Amino acid sequence: MGGNEKLQRFEQVIMPHLDAAYNLARWLMRNEDDARDMVQEAYLRAFKFFDGFHGVDARAWLLTTVRNTCYTWLEQNRRSRATTSFDEEIHSLDDQVANPSELALKSGDVEMVRESLEELSEEFREVIVLRDLEEMSYKRIAEVINVPLGTVMSRLARARGRLRRILFSRLKETS
Amino acid sequence: MDCTHAQTLLDTYLDGELDPVRSLEIDEHLHGCARCSKSYSEGQAFHKALKTGSLYFKAPADLHKRIQRSVREAARTETPSGWFSPWWIKTAAPLAAAALLLLLLIPTLKGPSSDELLTQDIVASHIRSLMADHLADVPSSDEHTVKPWFNGKLDFSPPVSDLAKEGFPLVGGRLDYLNNRPVAALVYRRDAHVINVFLWPSNTIPRPAAPIKTQQGYHVIRWTSSGVEFSVVSDLEASQLVKFADSLKSSVGTSAS
Repeated sequence: MGGNEKLQRFEQVIMPHLDAAYNLARWLMRNEDDARDMVQEAYLRAFKFFDGFHGVDARAWLLTTVRNTCYTWLEQNRRSRATTSFDEEIHSLDDQVANPSELALKSGDVEMVRESLEELSEEFREVIVLRDLEEMSYKRIAEVINVPLGTVMSRLARARGRLRRILFSRLKETS
Repeated sequence: MDCTHAQTLLDTYLDGELDPVRSLEIDEHLHGCARCSKSYSEGQAFHKALKTGSLYFKAPADLHKRIQRSVREAARTETPSGWFSPWWIKTAAPLAAAALLLLLLIPTLKGPSSDELLTQDIVASHIRSLMADHLADVPSSDEHTVKPWFNGKLDFSPPVSDLAKEGFPLVGGRLDYLNNRPVAALVYRRDAHVINVFLWPSNTIPRPAAPIKTQQGYHVIRWTSSGVEFSVVSDLEASQLVKFADSLKSSVGTSAS
């Protein structure tokens, strides 16, 4: 592929997914500056390896690179350790409680949902971002995070369960 | 379908990712069950709360320009003629060294967990085979039908034997994907319990069965013999599954000799 032709195709196929790339990076890095850097680096990497892209889904392909870039950075900088692992023992609650998301919706508290989502570990956070925000199919998510379809299914269920519990305990604190 | 089953599938159902048969079963169940249909509407509200759009971070306006500039810059400097330039070697040498180091480190870093990951994958594959209603590509209790079916689909010929005499009838076989490769899956039954056996060629020396592992209520037994890696998984009671593994082992032993 000629250099110019490659650039042109890249700009047509990959550039339109900038929002998706930024959204994932922003959620994984949890701040704007790092997210910008990661997206830029991921795009350069993606361009370098663009000859190897013969796939169907450019967004999934790009997001795989974005994710790898973020994880490499996070591992090197040990930032991931800052995520508090959520203690289910303390926060567990019984079945009879009111529905937390409904309450959050009523109070219109997007900020609370946002903070709760940030509190999740990266592996849980990313499946929710890819599914609920990015609205990707399980199949594409499996490609991006490189796990079998069944794992996507179970991880997503666990991630949502945990998010609901965090949300609930936050609502309880404020009320 | 009972409530426990319905509850575990509800999330997947809400995502519209459940196969049609299961979806219908859930539909029916929700009609008749107040508790589950309450969970359903709660789940719906929850999904809606996440999808409001206000959680989505759009890329800042200047980022597009910044990236376009740097990609174009990269395109300008990327010329194939520079393959053997000193610049390339200077960059590649440390990279290669780093990659080598990483390769050396990975087994020590991830050694204990790769086994766990594989167990997780085995359980996930088992669950998936039950969920997606895709238990067997070749539904047959005849080992002479199942074994040839794998010809040309795999790079090895899996040992297949019916264990009906021992109380574990063969149900069929299918292709699956595990441990980063296509594998043979043999399906057996004991009463209402399904047993999946995953097989792929092994390059390690024969080893006896590892102690039985349990995950999410499923038991997994793995061993290597006659150059084949065996992974047995089921919700069958542990002692029963050990008995199954023993029967399978001795049948493979006799057919190999």
